[in-house]
Amino acid sequence: MAGNILEARGLRKTFGDLVAVDGVDFHIAEGETYGLLGPNGAGKTTTISMVMGLLERDGGDVVVDGKPISTSSTSAKAAIGYVPQDIAIYPDLTARENLDFFGRLYGMPSSTRKQRVDEVLEIIGLADRAGDRSEEYSGGMKRRLNIGIGLLHGPRLLMLDEPTVGVDPQSRNAILESVERLSREGMAVLYTTHYMEEAERLCDRVGIIDQGQIKAEGTRGELVAMVGGRDRVHLATTDRTEPAVGPLQQHPSVDEVTAADGSLELLVRGAAEALPRLLETAASAGVSVTSVDVVEPNLEAVFLHLTGKALRD
Amino acid sequence: MRAAVLIALKDLRQRVRDKSFFLWGIVAPVGLAAIFSLLLGSVADGDSISTTFGAVDLDGGEQGRVFVEEVLGAVEDAGVVDGIEVYGSRDAAEAEVSTGALDAAFVIPEGFTAAVASGGETAIEVIGYIDSPIGTEVARSIATRYVGEVNGVGAAIGTVAALEGAMPSQADLDEMVSGILQISSPLRVGTIEAADKELESSTFYSAAMAVMFLFLIVQFGVLGLLEERENGTLNRLLAAPMRRFSVVLGKALTSFTIGVLSMTAVIVITTFALGADWGDPIGVAVLVLAGVIAALGLMMMVAAFARTAEQAANLQAIFGFLLAMLGGAFFPVAAAGGLVETLSKITPHAWFLRGLGDLAGGAGLSGIVGALWPILLFAAVTGGLAAIRLRKVVAP
Repeated sequence: MAGNILEARGLRKTFGDLVAVDGVDFHIAEGETYGLLGPNGAGKTTTISMVMGLLERDGGDVVVDGKPISTSSTSAKAAIGYVPQDIAIYPDLTARENLDFFGRLYGMPSSTRKQRVDEVLEIIGLADRAGDRSEEYSGGMKRRLNIGIGLLHGPRLLMLDEPTVGVDPQSRNAILESVERLSREGMAVLYTTHYMEEAERLCDRVGIIDQGQIKAEGTRGELVAMVGGRDRVHLATTDRTEPAVGPLQQHPSVDEVTAADGSLELLVRGAAEALPRLLETAASAGVSVTSVDVVEPNLEAVFLHLTGKALRD
Repeated sequence: MRAAVLIALKDLRQRVRDKSFFLWGIVAPVGLAAIFSLLLGSVADGDSISTTFGAVDLDGGEQGRVFVEEVLGAVEDAGVVDGIEVYGSRDAAEAEVSTGALDAAFVIPEGFTAAVASGGETAIEVIGYIDSPIGTEVARSIATRYVGEVNGVGAAIGTVAALEGAMPSQADLDEMVSGILQISSPLRVGTIEAADKELESSTFYSAAMAVMFLFLIVQFGVLGLLEERENGTLNRLLAAPMRRFSVVLGKALTSFTIGVLSMTAVIVITTFALGADWGDPIGVAVLVLAGVIAALGLMMMVAAFARTAEQAANLQAIFGFLLAMLGGAFFPVAAAGGLVETLSKITPHAWFLRGLGDLAGGAGLSGIVGALWPILLFAAVTGGLAAIRLRKVVAP
């Protein structure tokens, strides 16, 4: 596809008997932010490691900016900025020294390196602490420096592997704003996360990954349409649920009812309006509802719909 | 190579900043060399050993006189002992030894001369002071050597008698014994040639501490590889546009530079501060480079087999001290003989110190080849094993 910065086809990786990534395909266009959304252990980091050329692939191809990537690639890696999941900085060096070292490593000429370091320090909000050793920074500041190193050399593709894990809300927001700004500036971004709200806020397209496979892919709207725009209503009960299943299924706004031990799961159109009548129906059937949980159609609901489990399971 | 140099420069900046280079590469070796030189230097250089022997001649014959006057006299004249006191009885000498007034006393038994003349076995008794093991050992060595010589004379006379079918007369015997002993010179005391190859104490301890800490300080480069893996920066390096091998090369370059800088600093400081005489600069430089390469080989092997940086640091410390001890950095293990002496020959430390000794003895570059190749062999073996395993550390 013309204009794609990244094309990954048929990625596969096994560790012994465990298939960590199984036939993953996706692409990212220039200026597009693509999210890999999945729970821990879904295969996100393994996928990103193969795309980066850090991990040997058992199968598949990766092309970045028109150049194939492998573990022995050198020049092709220059087009990629990498922000690992764990903070990867040198604590006994200052922010400026950290940035300057990686700038040199990426072959940035000294004439532009200093200026670019200053720019990035401004972007990540560390300009006034640039001369302090990074071991003296707060967790959020370290996270921002972690990101700054990844975007220092002006990569065409920035890969962020769960960059907000363990970050306070203020720093998290700053990180998300940085990613939004980079995307607006035309940088292609691959963003892995298990936070549904981050994927919804940042990503133009999302790939939902679980057990090493991309279960579905598309824009938020396309993905939500998969669950029919219906709300998911969870009714917790103290009684047997079977007597209420039939009457609830007869309800015109209810598309699907699933009975579980002590609870009922309903797919409902317009849950806000229908809920009082649904509770009445349940009560008429002799089932007492102790709590109600309504999940509006979002990526969490899509993930639940596709995998049968919650993102944080 | 450019990436490796950048990584090495970054590592060196970190090591200078956390002061580990100064502490382990300069302060510790120079400090310990100074302490050892002050504490043990005068003893090692033989400046202040005060030894006094006693002698009791119960024989009264020619051989007893020769031992007391000529042999012990020569030992005293050579400065090996401070004095020889002659006593009339064994008890008198033993009493002096028991108080520590004498380090040891020789007792020449009755019939010593006759036994020598007749070819019979004989011995000189040595009484040693319990707190003077060195003096006692010296005395025992003198007596053993002399008795060995005179027993040889006795055996020669016995052989003559057997060939001629009868023992010669007493006058002939005395003439023969005197003649043979003059030829064989029962005990010579003078400058030992090997002493020229020994290092002065300040030089020895400077070199010993320098080479011992060399094997510890090189860890700051190679161990960085494991530290980078543990703190996540290794992946960041591997994501950069450079060859994977550059990371290993950069770490090796760091260790090499730290090793050379440390050795150079210790050599310069101990030369001026402790009066160490390291010898021919070119020869020393070659030995230092070989030593650094050997230390690097060992460190890379340890890093390749260890699972964590902490485990590698501990292993390197154990290997560093063990090799230093076996290599004679603390005490002369070669004198121990047997297995210890054999093991010392596999340590680069022993060969490094031997090479410096050769240089001190006046040898040039060609004269230290014998010490160089075992050091480089050690480097090749450990480095080879490391090369096989280190691939895994940066393996994709």
